[in-house]
Amino acid sequence: MDGLTPAEVRAPGQWQIGTVTSIKPETPRVKSFRIALPMWMEHLPGQHYEVRLTAPDGYRAQRSYSIASSPLDAGGIELTIDRLEDGEVSPYFHDVVVEGDEVEVRGPFTSYFVWRGERPVLLVGGGSGVVPLMSMLRHRRLTMPDLPMRLLYSVRRADDVIYADELGEDAVLTFTREAPDGWTGHVGHVDPDLVAQVAASLMPGTAFVCGSDGFVEAATKLLLGSGFMEREIRTERFGATGQP
Amino acid sequence: MAGFISRGFTGHRRVSEDLAARLPPGQYVERGFPVLTAGPTPHIETSDWKLRVDGGVGKPREWTWDEFHELPFETIPCDIHCVTKWSKLGTSFGGVSVDTLLDGAEPRGEYVVQYSYGGYSTNLPLEDLTGGKAWVVTEHEGERLPREHGGPARMLVPHLYFWKSAKWIQGLRVMDHDEPGFWEMRGYHNYGDPWKEQRYWTD
Repeated sequence: MDGLTPAEVRAPGQWQIGTVTSIKPETPRVKSFRIALPMWMEHLPGQHYEVRLTAPDGYRAQRSYSIASSPLDAGGIELTIDRLEDGEVSPYFHDVVVEGDEVEVRGPFTSYFVWRGERPVLLVGGGSGVVPLMSMLRHRRLTMPDLPMRLLYSVRRADDVIYADELGEDAVLTFTREAPDGWTGHVGHVDPDLVAQVAASLMPGTAFVCGSDGFVEAATKLLLGSGFMEREIRTERFGATGQP
Repeated sequence: MAGFISRGFTGHRRVSEDLAARLPPGQYVERGFPVLTAGPTPHIETSDWKLRVDGGVGKPREWTWDEFHELPFETIPCDIHCVTKWSKLGTSFGGVSVDTLLDGAEPRGEYVVQYSYGGYSTNLPLEDLTGGKAWVVTEHEGERLPREHGGPARMLVPHLYFWKSAKWIQGLRVMDHDEPGFWEMRGYHNYGDPWKEQRYWTD
């Protein structure tokens, strides 16, 4: 063994102390946190990290958050966190964490709800379900901008649009409660016409659907009805209290 | 990372000591029953439903919905623990013990793959399914098991993380070797003991 170069122990699996290098408010209840990692490794778009908070008396809370950044965005990750009123970890990030703070994380984890370059791709996100989809969209923009991929993004109102400044022609929005003034696009829940309009050029293809259970259930039914194969629909659902 | 303290974190969702004692490390108490499924929810009519015990067995078994309901039915009070961090404490299911299902099947292997309508699968040692540790359940808290939670029938193996309790169960395949299932091939731990926090491959 003496002749071998020692290899650094790397994620996934190892807890590590990251440093929050920037915080971007996305909406009144959603912020994106850029976290620099000493043991950074490339993730697959769609994977998640775990976050662990430790109180001075040893009490701990853990949650999982989807990665929003592209794996080409080296040296760290971006986690976009929805503030849940009765949550324990998300309010800490929103109300306590400032730039320069250290946070304990490990990842990236699991390899089902991940995009590995399949094409064409339809992304369907409800609310903060857009987060892992944004990692896919960003990665596609950086690597294969011509690859057919579109995002169908359902939000309640203009205030709730995460990544508003990054949504281009490859993203189609619908407002379920209240559309902004002058909005000429779709209004209301995702429906067969909207799916047909957005997905027509993406079939046969792979679909990634992320959001609340009710949203995912409704959206997957529509996708099955519009011709997506069951095995080509991958879903990720939030728990009952919101983001996993 | 012993010694790391999250600046300004006090923890405001702490639970009483008796509940905390029932909560594996890294879990929190959830009052609801979240749904986590990797794809569309399968739809299985009870008239089409069959449950099998097959693979390495002396006598393969199969039950229709009606036949299954002639087997001894029990109510199982339990706590369940999802790898995504929530635990539901003090819930209950109704169903048939795997001991009953294996009775007379003469299993000839040490491992089992639970396989489901819709294609899901999960693996575990046979000994984790026997001795009153596992059930095929059709009721949750006295009501028919909802489709999104695996209805008409799912597995219940409450001592392991809940992905080891397959929804929409179709059969138990006895194996002479261990064969990783759906999530076990995609990053989750091969065994999944919540008390040892065996969430991922490297845990």
